[in-house]
Amino acid sequence: MNIEYNYGFLDENTKRMLRRGLLKAVAIPGYQVPFGSREMPLPYGWGTGGIQVTASIIGEADTLKVIDQGADDTTNAVNIRRFFGRVAQVQTTEKTGEATVIQTRHRIPETALQAGQVVVFQVPEPEPLRTLESSEVETRQLHAHQEYGLMHVKLYEDIARYGHIATSYDYPVMVNGRYLTSPSPIPKFDNPKLHQSPALLLFGAGREKRLYAIPPYTDVESLAFDDHPFDVQTWDSHCALCGSTESYLDEIITDDAGSRMFVCSDTDYCATHQQEAKQ
Amino acid sequence: MTPILSVRQVAKRYGQRYGCREVSFDLYPGEVLCIVGESGSGKSTLLSTLAGKLAADEGEVTFRDVNGTEHDLLTLAEADRRRLARTEWGFVTQHARDGLRMNVSAGANVSERLMALGQRHYGELRATAGEWLEKVEISAERLDDRPSQFSGGMQQRLQIARNLVTKPRLVFMDEPTGGLDVSVQARFLDLLRRLVHETGIAVIMVTHDLGVARLLAHRTLVMQQGRVVEAGLTDQILDDPQHPYTQLLVSSILQA
Repeated sequence: MNIEYNYGFLDENTKRMLRRGLLKAVAIPGYQVPFGSREMPLPYGWGTGGIQVTASIIGEADTLKVIDQGADDTTNAVNIRRFFGRVAQVQTTEKTGEATVIQTRHRIPETALQAGQVVVFQVPEPEPLRTLESSEVETRQLHAHQEYGLMHVKLYEDIARYGHIATSYDYPVMVNGRYLTSPSPIPKFDNPKLHQSPALLLFGAGREKRLYAIPPYTDVESLAFDDHPFDVQTWDSHCALCGSTESYLDEIITDDAGSRMFVCSDTDYCATHQQEAKQ
Repeated sequence: MTPILSVRQVAKRYGQRYGCREVSFDLYPGEVLCIVGESGSGKSTLLSTLAGKLAADEGEVTFRDVNGTEHDLLTLAEADRRRLARTEWGFVTQHARDGLRMNVSAGANVSERLMALGQRHYGELRATAGEWLEKVEISAERLDDRPSQFSGGMQQRLQIARNLVTKPRLVFMDEPTGGLDVSVQARFLDLLRRLVHETGIAVIMVTHDLGVARLLAHRTLVMQQGRVVEAGLTDQILDDPQHPYTQLLVSSILQA
């Protein structure tokens, strides 16, 4: 049986609704816009929010890159890329520089983003205050009145318990000096890339039915204390494959005798680096 | 002296029925006012209405802030009300779990209001929190313990510290001694009396325990079926009750 899907899988009315939501999200940086999330042919937690955002903005002229934890070759990334290749007839790529739309889970590419690119983030929990305040009614009030002392309670608790701010991913940010926002579960290593980014950053949470955005060249500040400033992860070693000392490294266990190696989490960046080294 | 809170003919309706009605009084800085009455007499409704947690249906409530600016609490914008609640008011609940964050440390509980006001120095926050724990007779060593590890009396004292850390001028208390046994209650009241005396805060406290009123309150309102049936100096009311209901209330205390 051969099923004909509408261009981009979603029907035109749904895409229009999403675009309206996205326009509002861009107009109010960091504000969570509710939308009518649709059932998608993949389970919640696999990127239903991201895939809907991508479906609503993608066109035939686009080149799509999909990464999962920085890698282009994981099941999730391969399947989403193939999905859009089929339902939207777009070119796909693994090169960050060639992509016009980059859908990502848990990372921002190491290669600097450019003006004109769009990054779509998959978000499991759009509400940064959720672990501290379970009521949606209350968190909306807190956003409305810009009462964000609660977020610092979490950071305070981190320092009290571990001696430093132990939150290492999904590290809360203030967008445009107004809305407290979850950057999605990217490592805090990537937080500085959000600040004054030349690319448009869109966030979609499918299960929680929320869209939000950080427009290009917007101020994004990671929260911290005066005497415990924000800092990013560092490593003692460099990438075992390409030798980079500037990228985010994953620890890989190579046997059952405790051997391990550190390699770039961004596969495209690592491969490019290795080739440059060969020449 | 001008009152910090003026209440005129305040009423709160639940459907057709009145939760409380025709309540009027003035509260002056540094004064402790107790509202006593049996269950269902409308005292907690009145407290929540005054604190802005419930919207009043009739009357007028005027609050004078630290700069002497008058705020009409019944028409106040939500943003302003929340700002007052953060800076000028405190609210101590009967059950500590309603007033505390049980899953974060005592230090974080005390610091929360400071952080809400924009303090961003961890070392200073922690030092202030430690000082306040000592002030409410909790060892500063317990700073990193969670309230769930505290006894009932300690939890109530932690609530006090959490509220007073930003030096509010008016604190609402809803049966703060409700779940405490008598010896713990006595220590708690002692502490409260000392803090009120030292800091000069005004307190409106709801209680059904006339002993608490006797110990703490300068003035007492007696409520029955949503109305204030008698009001005056606490000693006067307890020693020479005029209204039949107050007489009944006073006579039902066991004389030890």
